[in-house]
Amino acid sequence: MDILVILLLLIGLLFFLGGAVGIIRMPDFYSRLHPAGKLDTLGILAMVMGLALYNLHHFSLESLLLSIKMFLIVFFVFLASPTATHSIVDAGMRAGLRHWTKKKRKV
Amino acid sequence: MTVSSNGIAKNDGKPTSTFFKSFFSFLITFILMFLSWLVLSGKFEPLLLWLGGISSFLVAYYFYDLLFPALETGYVKIFFRFVQYCPWLIWEIIKANFHLLYLSFHPRMKELIDPHIITFKSNLKSDIAITTLANSITLTPGTITVTADSDGVFKVHAIDRESAEALPGIMLEKVARIFGEEI
Repeated sequence: MDILVILLLLIGLLFFLGGAVGIIRMPDFYSRLHPAGKLDTLGILAMVMGLALYNLHHFSLESLLLSIKMFLIVFFVFLASPTATHSIVDAGMRAGLRHWTKKKRKV
Repeated sequence: MTVSSNGIAKNDGKPTSTFFKSFFSFLITFILMFLSWLVLSGKFEPLLLWLGGISSFLVAYYFYDLLFPALETGYVKIFFRFVQYCPWLIWEIIKANFHLLYLSFHPRMKELIDPHIITFKSNLKSDIAITTLANSITLTPGTITVTADSDGVFKVHAIDRESAEALPGIMLEKVARIFGEEI
């Protein structure tokens, strides 16, 4: 049980780290949003699953309700994250920002 | 299958009366509100249960038409098909997340990625189907929906060729099947 919790937390951390590294390394505004908006979703899923499992160590109604509340966070992040990413991209498009392409780099 | 004014596919059955429909959307809203009250409060004293019941009743009474504007039997089917769609979506998210993780740690990342925008047209009619597809595309890493308009035209920013090839394809088929629309 503990091993599973630690494994899940580590996987979550790995995804968050990947997201952060990705934001720094990607070449332009649009491609930066790919790791920013989305590695977080799986990161938060893994971390909350780990925390919810850890929370259920002493099984009772209260800890069950707490775990359900944690999964509500995941649910709302899964709803809000793509919408927010989409509106940021849309704002970039409206401002007329061109996206980075391979050709540009060779010129 | 005929398509009603709000775009949800109707079943060819007897039209249910408006009172019946609004009562059911009231009931479902009430149950949802009361369940979220129970989960969030976590206390089961009679006074608190009564307060929760009264508040849920008031919210459901005034706002029953917000969550389910036109409740029809089709909604139940859509709900179950959506639940069936979720595991596939989560599996796609996991697969694509690993792909993006690999990309962001790769030493020669700029040679692997090839950002470009693709445009495709789908025949989705209802707002909820378009929203579901747009959010599903954004949730699966490698692709972000740039614009999605009411005619079903999607503009998608893809990070590399591989994730662009998957679109629209199977995801569009699945979303269309959920809402009973033609592709």
